[in-house]
Amino acid sequence: MSALEVVGASKIFNQGTTKQVDALIDVSLTVQPGEFVSLIGPSGCGKSTLLRLIANLLEPTSGSVSVNQKTAAQARLDQDYGMAFQQAGLFDWRTVSKNIELPLELKGWEKSKRETRAKEMLELVKLPEFADLYPWQLSGGMQQRIAIARALASHPPLLLMDEPFGALDEMTREYMQGELLRICGETSTTVVFVTHSIPEAVYLSNRVVVMSPRPGRITKVIEVGLGATRNEDTRAADGFFKGITSVREALRGTHAEHAAANAVRGVEDR
Amino acid sequence: MSTAARTNASATTRVLGRVRQAGPALVFGILFLALWESAVRGFDLKPYFLAAPSKIFEQFVKNASRIWQASMVSGGNALIGLLIGTVLGVAMSFVLNRYKFLGELITPLAIALNAIPIFVLVAVLNNMYSITSEIPRRVMVTLVVYFIVLVNVAKGLTQVRSTHVELMKSYAASDFAILRKVRVPNAVPFLFTALKIAAPASVITAFVSEYFGGLQNGLGSRITSNIANAKNAAAWAYVLGACLLGLAFYIASIILEGVTRRGEAK
Repeated sequence: MSALEVVGASKIFNQGTTKQVDALIDVSLTVQPGEFVSLIGPSGCGKSTLLRLIANLLEPTSGSVSVNQKTAAQARLDQDYGMAFQQAGLFDWRTVSKNIELPLELKGWEKSKRETRAKEMLELVKLPEFADLYPWQLSGGMQQRIAIARALASHPPLLLMDEPFGALDEMTREYMQGELLRICGETSTTVVFVTHSIPEAVYLSNRVVVMSPRPGRITKVIEVGLGATRNEDTRAADGFFKGITSVREALRGTHAEHAAANAVRGVEDR
Repeated sequence: MSTAARTNASATTRVLGRVRQAGPALVFGILFLALWESAVRGFDLKPYFLAAPSKIFEQFVKNASRIWQASMVSGGNALIGLLIGTVLGVAMSFVLNRYKFLGELITPLAIALNAIPIFVLVAVLNNMYSITSEIPRRVMVTLVVYFIVLVNVAKGLTQVRSTHVELMKSYAASDFAILRKVRVPNAVPFLFTALKIAAPASVITAFVSEYFGGLQNGLGSRITSNIANAKNAAAWAYVLGACLLGLAFYIASIILEGVTRRGEAK
């Protein structure tokens, strides 16, 4: 039983016009429950498009996507996944607690149940004392933690993240990576994570999916053998550097193929 | 953490800050009046050319009750137009948001109308209604306010962050839920921006409309009739009344915004 299955999915924008863009061609990917999978590649490789196909925010031109054994459309209706973006995307006019309650409101939960769950989620992301503050009163890292709490509020089995830590400073970013692993471990959530950062992908993932642009496709899937528990020592472990090297080589390969002049455009080496 | 204590402390510094901000403007205003006064006296300017601030103030006190009555008439027209224009403007912005093709037709027109002094239309309205009626003036204020509110609120309903819309779609939220939970709250600050523009504009429209004839009971008609009777200082006293009325409307719109916004800040 897979948590997520993409079979031969393609996405072509503006098909048949002069502005046609082959965003994704024949992409297949299976993710097991509890797995952490990163999508990495240069700008325009279709990793965000793939994430939006999984989320059913876009329809594939051909191929199929199933989430939690259902069609992607049904999974979206059932809120089978939570989503987090580069911008925390919190609502300025709602308190932190009300922000977390939003997906539950839309599911028709009653007030007391929503409040209890919001409280639990705030405990989970270690920000219980901030329930009644407004988002603009929090730092960027805290806002992103609230966004994760909101994404997981209805306990979805799958979490989709689009460069969620891209706007954070390096220190906060590493802290957030640790927190994300802890939270997903505690809630046994499956994660698909889009990133530009090689070390981030390696540190977080069981598997790193390397993609290449024009047309967007998967070029390599790299297993990261870092084991279940990862901590600050992991960042100094041999396996970590080995993983970084193989992802980097895979990315270089995609570049050699396309002979892109300004080589690692869009991929950060940190 | 003691949020309350911090809020109090910051309130005090804010008040002090306001005083420090207003100080230079106040000093400049007093200097300007002093210069005006001494220019009138020094160059012995005739009252029919330019009245001295002291004479204007004298007239203002002498005519206080009449100025008050005229203010009630002009202010009443402005307020009625402001209320109706706001309600209609908000309603229409929802319609435009619902039917995008209407928005594409009407929004450019509304923006263009906001850029021209449409209150001159009051002459036409005077012709349509009887000139012994307040209706042309009220209709004129309504029109001016309507377009200001329409353009701003429509912008607030459409210019929502794409992350917010994607997020709502990921929750399988209906268009109505997106309207209620994203678009409307997003449009609220835009409504107050509109009111801050529309409130003074409604007063200006109300008494400039009186320049085009009709009943002789408001601030605008008092100004013209006093000038016609060579009572320059009295005319200025009514101008002062008009300034105060405009200011009152503007301050009211700011207070309203403060009350509604409480928790939030931008």
